Amino acid sequence: MDHDTKLSILADAAKYDASCASSGAVRGNSLGGKGVGSTGGSGICHSYAPDGRCISLLKILLTNVCIYDCHYCINRRSSNVRRAAFTAEEVVKLTLDFYKRNYIEGLFLSSGIIRNADYTMELVIAVARTLREVHDFRGYIHLKTIPEASPELIEAAARYADRISINLELPTQKSLDVLAPEKSIVRTKQAMGRIRHKLDEAGERRRGGDKKVRHATGQSTQVIVGADTSTDADFLARSDELYGAFKLRRVYYSAFSPIPEPSRILPLKAPPLIREHRLYQADWLMRFYGFKTSEILTPETPNLDLQLDPKLAWALRNRQDFPVDVQTASRDVLLRVPGLGVRNVDRIIQIRRFTRIRLTDLVRLRVSLTKVQPFLMTADHNPSAYLLDSDALRARFLPKPQQLELF
Amino acid sequence: MRSVDPGEGFTSWREIARRMLGEGVPPQEILWEAERGLFAPSRVREMPTMKLKVPAAFVELAQSVTCHSEPSRWALLYQILWRITRGGERHLLTIASDPDMAKARMLEKNVRREIHKMHAFVRFKLIDTNVETGRERYAAWFEPDHFIVEAGAPFFKKRFANMDWSIFTPKGCVHWNGELLTFTAGIPNNPVENPDALEAAWRTYYRSIFNPARLKVKMMKQEMPKRYWKNLPEADLIGELIETSRERVKAMHEETLRPEKPAPNNAYLGKLKEMSAVKPCGYPPDPALSLAELAAASATCRACPLWEHATGTVFGEGPRNARIMIVGEQPGDREDVAGKPFVGPAGKLLDAALAEAGLDRTTLYLTNAVKHFKWIPKGKIRLHQKPDAGEIDACRPWVLSELKQIAPDVLILLGATAARSLLGKPVQVTKNRGLMESPELAGRVILTVHPSYLLRLPDPAMKAAEYSKFVADLKLAGI
Repeated sequence: MDHDTKLSILADAAKYDASCASSGAVRGNSLGGKGVGSTGGSGICHSYAPDGRCISLLKILLTNVCIYDCHYCINRRSSNVRRAAFTAEEVVKLTLDFYKRNYIEGLFLSSGIIRNADYTMELVIAVARTLREVHDFRGYIHLKTIPEASPELIEAAARYADRISINLELPTQKSLDVLAPEKSIVRTKQAMGRIRHKLDEAGERRRGGDKKVRHATGQSTQVIVGADTSTDADFLARSDELYGAFKLRRVYYSAFSPIPEPSRILPLKAPPLIREHRLYQADWLMRFYGFKTSEILTPETPNLDLQLDPKLAWALRNRQDFPVDVQTASRDVLLRVPGLGVRNVDRIIQIRRFTRIRLTDLVRLRVSLTKVQPFLMTADHNPSAYLLDSDALRARFLPKPQQLELF
Repeated sequence: MRSVDPGEGFTSWREIARRMLGEGVPPQEILWEAERGLFAPSRVREMPTMKLKVPAAFVELAQSVTCHSEPSRWALLYQILWRITRGGERHLLTIASDPDMAKARMLEKNVRREIHKMHAFVRFKLIDTNVETGRERYAAWFEPDHFIVEAGAPFFKKRFANMDWSIFTPKGCVHWNGELLTFTAGIPNNPVENPDALEAAWRTYYRSIFNPARLKVKMMKQEMPKRYWKNLPEADLIGELIETSRERVKAMHEETLRPEKPAPNNAYLGKLKEMSAVKPCGYPPDPALSLAELAAASATCRACPLWEHATGTVFGEGPRNARIMIVGEQPGDREDVAGKPFVGPAGKLLDAALAEAGLDRTTLYLTNAVKHFKWIPKGKIRLHQKPDAGEIDACRPWVLSELKQIAPDVLILLGATAARSLLGKPVQVTKNRGLMESPELAGRVILTVHPSYLLRLPDPAMKAAEYSKFVADLKLAGI
């Protein structure tokens, strides 16, 4: 099989992983070294595909041969997809060649499970080790790890990588039993726990002044949305647990995507892209806006409103808390106003020390007036109590009905 | 009205701005333009310029804004400078909603974004390789909207320190030879038109990483505006990928559903199956089990509800023939994730105290009265909760089995929970600390505080005193 065909198979096999972050690594660069590479600061997206996803890392599988049978996955053993495998040298060379041309920030390497977890993990680690030790590569490396691999191997992966991850895939064991029978939430959580413990230790050594610590700085995971019957509440509760217990940097929500090799166990559906988007918004509200899952979703409404963003939906359910005064409201309260983001809230807090804030000020901060007006009092605007009480308020925010096409 | 030439960028503009400010020339009397007329003021050198104190944030803002190609940027910056220094508005920089500041911040943002896009979209091509040294030489062509080559260059120097490279643009060029960055004037045309040998592979990658089932063209164009496409070797694939996506997805939906293939005969898959089968743990534990078997059995214990929100059971750890056994309360946040006892802050303190008492941790058996972490969420952390009597009692058979297996000479109980568990009744630690009479447990039983109690003491003097008492208690084991 020629190199180009292999690349197309193994990149195609990797594209269902949404993770693309190349940020959050320890600052470093190639000055004084003998290879290429730098990390630190915000990540860089070197290209975008028409699916709207950024291309930051060379994201490939070492091999798409796999003994597992996860029904959402193109690479499962029951799939008839064409199989290929790269050697470690091939991946190393491709990574360096792409990197030197400034196509990528680094490598995101994953693999189908061959033989067993340890054997597979060793192959993946060998690539990272060669990049780091032979080529003095100082770019970003993200390694996918296998929860059942021995802790020593996961530790080794973390020493070469900037980020490591284990995909949870589905939020409940019940769903995994049906769709990914080889996977276990308990084992995944325990592996994430051990990883967090090592990340904490490395962080403590770094803060203690040990500049030579070579260890990943974070872990992340991915869940597939829309493959099982889990509700958004199931997803968010699980994310909440993962962020709290294992200090994950990110939980990626990936809409279940049609694949060219559909399984009898899991027939294809259109990808729930808007649901994926709403989950990201809710996730953000939990992490940066001080919302609890119980405020975003309730047992009666376990799924997010697809038509409205979750903060707006929350505000409409909690109208008694509004309007708030832009001049005097606390940061926490302002963060809950639909249409105000973290950046603008912080700017408002600075500005209001010197001036009475008016609507024009908000316009200059590029705040959407349509969105904030019903909820916010300014020096020159007092929202109509009538509107805040009326049923029309929700209608005001609904997406415009699509005009019917003639014919 | 005066006409002044701002020159090339920040440095030349600053020089003139200082002079104008020194002379007290208000913003409305200056026309900033690249003058080539008869009365063009020479690049101001005759007049000594005054040094001004301005907020560092202004300098940073001006350095960015002067890179913008917007002709009004010079006047805008002078206007802001005037207002800060002469207008008494020193806090102006914090007023993001001020019209001048809003404009300046927008220009700054454009420049920052353009630098970021330069870092993203420059595509190097291999020019040649030095046969003797093996050092490679690369070059790229980029067409920025703003004058950002100087500001964007250090990134490439740090990232590609060990190759030679040039980036050519109409707004200035930059070159790196391994030692020095040099800047030269811009050139109008791309001097490196031939494709690089790796572009074919890159295009294959781009084509393959695209998922036709999730088309989000607007999102792509927002982040990778069309004006960059002509210098991106992958961009001419976009049209074709979009056009064929609908058909590709339709074909997927028309595929016959694939049946399951049987699992291969693989020992590892068998092991996974065995691991996944939830075994009843046998509670209370069978007295015939070995220490390792006890640890394995406890992993699936459901004798109290704590297992549900814990990552896993944290069983005891240490040599089977340990002379001393230490029992704490329950695993904390760190012990829960690590799956090992006493690895968190309290564990670190215990380590220090043990060392001071002359005890080697690796020779001790350490465990907890309760084997699952009990917690409630508080903001982003998991806040430890004391186990209740029911939970302590539920876990007692495990810790008693450990005690029976280890049969230590000395048993050290840390805190009230450990005391409650092993002595079977509530005991006040501070009143009864030190040696206890409990021969059915071990030859010598020592009761002392839990190290987390020491961590919680706010007063350093009291902390030091309590720590000494703690070490003294531990020393009772060593005699």
